Amino acid sequence: MVGGSGMGGGLLENANPLIYERSGERPVTAGEEDEQVPDSIDAREIFDILKLLRSLPQRFKMDVHITPGTHASEHAVNKQLADKERVAAALENTHLLEVVNQCLSARS
Amino acid sequence: MKDSLVLLDRILAHPDSRCWFLAWNPSGTLLASCGGDRSVRIWGTEGDSWICKSVLCEGHQRTVRKVAWSPCGNYLASASFDATTCIWKKKEDDFECVTTLEGHENEVKSVAWAPSGNLLATCSRDKSVWVWEVDEEDEYECVSVLNSHTQDVKHVVWHPSQELLASASYDDTVKLYREEEDDWVCCATLEGHESTVWSLAFDPSGQRLASCSDDRTVRIWHQYLPGNEQGVACSGSDPSWKCVCTLSGFHSRTIYDIAWCQLTGALATACGDDAIRVFEEDPGSDPQQPTFSLMAHLPQAHSQDVNCVAWNPKERGLLASCSDDGELAFWKYQRPEGL
Repeated sequence: MVGGSGMGGGLLENANPLIYERSGERPVTAGEEDEQVPDSIDAREIFDILKLLRSLPQRFKMDVHITPGTHASEHAVNKQLADKERVAAALENTHLLEVVNQCLSARS
Repeated sequence: MKDSLVLLDRILAHPDSRCWFLAWNPSGTLLASCGGDRSVRIWGTEGDSWICKSVLCEGHQRTVRKVAWSPCGNYLASASFDATTCIWKKKEDDFECVTTLEGHENEVKSVAWAPSGNLLATCSRDKSVWVWEVDEEDEYECVSVLNSHTQDVKHVVWHPSQELLASASYDDTVKLYREEEDDWVCCATLEGHESTVWSLAFDPSGQRLASCSDDRTVRIWHQYLPGNEQGVACSGSDPSWKCVCTLSGFHSRTIYDIAWCQLTGALATACGDDAIRVFEEDPGSDPQQPTFSLMAHLPQAHSQDVNCVAWNPKERGLLASCSDDGELAFWKYQRPEGL
């Protein structure tokens, strides 16, 4: 956008303005539209995922996996994450739940 | 397929929490449910509708995961994440907690009564299966602690007529146990599932066992006694169990429960894709290589994961189910015409 006025008084001295063009929509890749392709998550996003999980209506199902090769025992961790009975029991541990909630509130 | 499973009633059994499990009493007149709200509820009919007859809420400090009726129908056991199992005695219209079984190190995942009524089994995330003896004075004694599984044990079930116990585990196996000279031993390990085995059900004859898993399959295992005609090898005097059928490609998510109707032989499954399915063995199929067909598939039977399915022991085709959405539903299953 070419620099405008609006400051009252004299002309704005800008003989050679740098013109920035508004970029178009980011092109959506085929991989992004494919529901089967996993979206990679940064470790720091875990709490955002948890916030999202708690705010989504119950009918959504979310699968969380650790990318192969990024964790020493990712199969073991993935299996625990996928076991809703284990997750439910762990979250009933009120101390653990407090820690999780504290992390979530600190980030919001 | 949809018409063969018809909704009779739907109840919000455990508001704002999961309903984890259901159990019919032996006479089929009462249904016990349990859930994440730490309570056990008893449901019965009044005219045409189901109403809550009792709420047992003082027994546990955490989620109640499973409930089981004694064969005489006078007792109810409840297994909880609080590491205990409560035994409730029926007194007219109410229930009283008469004993609390302790000993597991962490969450109790399942409880089951043997057909004799004298034995009870429990299992836990602590990887063990416990066998308890009950005497005439309602005294419970742990007679065996079985440490055969290498991971969390999800479910235990007794054989319908023999004193044979089966367990399902996060270690992907099913194990069988029997009594040998005053102690209990693991007499078979069934391998084949590729992930956690969530539940088990024996067929009416007790010759077959169905298992369901996080690997999205159902497996049917057949018992072969020593000296069997088919030439299946056995170790000593212990029967062998062989996988004779695998139902794959029907379920799109974890199968949490399986129930084998003792009246009709129909097999129902509870799935994480919110659906209920019913299978039946094809007439005339080879008992050593049976084939099963999908007779009913009800997508969105519930609005969330279906955790349990239970056939009424007296009324043919009456099926109860429950879900993470806290609801309990009653269904009428009728074998489709012309199949």
